[in-house]
Amino acid sequence: MSVAIDFAGVSKLYGDFRALDNVSFQVNEGDFFALLGPNGAGKTTLISILGGLNRASSGTTRVMGFDVQANYRQARRAVGIVPQELVFDPFFTVRETLTFQSGYFGIRKNDDWIDEILANLGLTEKANSNMRALSGGMKRRVMVAQALVHRPPVIVLDEPTAGVDVALRQTLWAFIRRLNSDGHTIVLTTHYLEEAEELCNRIAMLKQGNLIALEDKSRMLGRGKARSLVLRLQPRELPASLQDRLISQRDDGSFELRLPDCGALEGILAELKLAGISVRDIEVAKPDLEDIFLDMMQTPQPASPT
Amino acid sequence: MTGFYTLFYKEILRFWKVSFQTVAAPVLTSLLYLLVFAHVLDAHVEPYPGVRYTAFLIPGLAMMTMLQNAFANTSSSLIQSKITGNIVYILLPPLSHLEFFGAYVLAAMIRGLVVGAGVFVAALFFAKPAFAYPLWIIAFALLGSMIMAILGIIAGIWAEKFDQLAAFQNFLIMPLTFLSGVFYSIHSLPPFWQKVSHANPVFYLIDGFRYGFFGASDASPWLSLAIAGGCCLLLALYTLQLLRSGYKLRH
Repeated sequence: MSVAIDFAGVSKLYGDFRALDNVSFQVNEGDFFALLGPNGAGKTTLISILGGLNRASSGTTRVMGFDVQANYRQARRAVGIVPQELVFDPFFTVRETLTFQSGYFGIRKNDDWIDEILANLGLTEKANSNMRALSGGMKRRVMVAQALVHRPPVIVLDEPTAGVDVALRQTLWAFIRRLNSDGHTIVLTTHYLEEAEELCNRIAMLKQGNLIALEDKSRMLGRGKARSLVLRLQPRELPASLQDRLISQRDDGSFELRLPDCGALEGILAELKLAGISVRDIEVAKPDLEDIFLDMMQTPQPASPT
Repeated sequence: MTGFYTLFYKEILRFWKVSFQTVAAPVLTSLLYLLVFAHVLDAHVEPYPGVRYTAFLIPGLAMMTMLQNAFANTSSSLIQSKITGNIVYILLPPLSHLEFFGAYVLAAMIRGLVVGAGVFVAALFFAKPAFAYPLWIIAFALLGSMIMAILGIIAGIWAEKFDQLAAFQNFLIMPLTFLSGVFYSIHSLPPFWQKVSHANPVFYLIDGFRYGFFGASDASPWLSLAIAGGCCLLLALYTLQLLRSGYKLRH
């Protein structure tokens, strides 16, 4: 599989402040990639370096093989970025905005593609409205459209759904998923971990300018806490044979047991039946990205990337 | 070329969409100057032999308006884009620093020239200056608007807030243009102030421009051309370097 984005030893210093510290990782072509981290972790700085808005203090960044500094023209054509801040030019209509954006990328007569983007983002009716007249959510849609006018192979969305209504999220993700299945590489930063969990196949985590994790989603979800099993029993007692599995007894009297894999479930139920205890309620708790995320962010020293 | 042309067209459209403010207003302001000063001074002052004060004033006013508007176009466009943040949409595409420079400067020159021409045409109702050397007129109009368009880029990049840009405009551009001989021939000044005026590059722009109309000037038009051309070249090289390095634009 070929590499879409390659960060190699990227550092960024603002005076004495190290916004990024020797960050290296790759995003493969076709990935739906999540870049996670708390505020100030360096996500936006990294994306700005990718788009040429910032310049790295050291290290190299390549998009589709093109260095963002030395081959900036090809590199910028290869990437479409949706900035985090809500920005727009109040002088122009939606269509003018998109026509200009196409022109900056050297594309004339882009109306067919612009129409298609507008339709997919639910903007067709707003095409001739002035940018000033649009709601925040609509402006956000135009920003997504602006990043797509030149059909970039790599699309980067920096917290695209922050403060955006549910309708847009669904429209947006349906469209982005389609672009991903058409072969576009997608990079997403988000605070909504369920979005990353639902959409992405690979995940990187940044903390204080350091890369602390880089894994397939399934592997990341598989590590950290194991699954647990919560049982409400009648009568409320746990057979001695299951005591070594006990994590805790909850306030409502239910028991939380360790469940290394789903196969262990059968044995547990058999033990209960043997002891003449009936199960009133059962729940299997999976660790989610949020648990893992919080867990990693609380770990004091950064781990080396895997 | 498409990138350059699009940015240029966008910059034209930006001022043209609000042309009442960006074109009509400065023309009206200049006419008010002309009305007042012509009324007060026309009968009393003859700057060059045989040249009425009103006729003398027209090229100066046209040039001053041209300069101010060329400066205003680049500087206000850039500071607005920077403060609203939409400058990212100019910085993300594969536009070179030359395309950036060319598009902004050319659009600002066009605004300057349109406004200057507007002042001139409207002023013809009051007095008709001669057209001694049209080529000199064109040369200085182009050079003057280009210099100010470039200065506007520098100011727009440098300023981080509107008040900083206003300071640049009020404490540098305004004094330089007002004290450049727009309203008077510097021969009427005491020797010391004549010398000071000769250190003001804008003086050469107005003086050379006026030479094109009347065939008379305070300095030789060739000297004015050399100084204006030199200033323009230095400013252009400096600004291209700023843009290439990403000063205050790409952090």
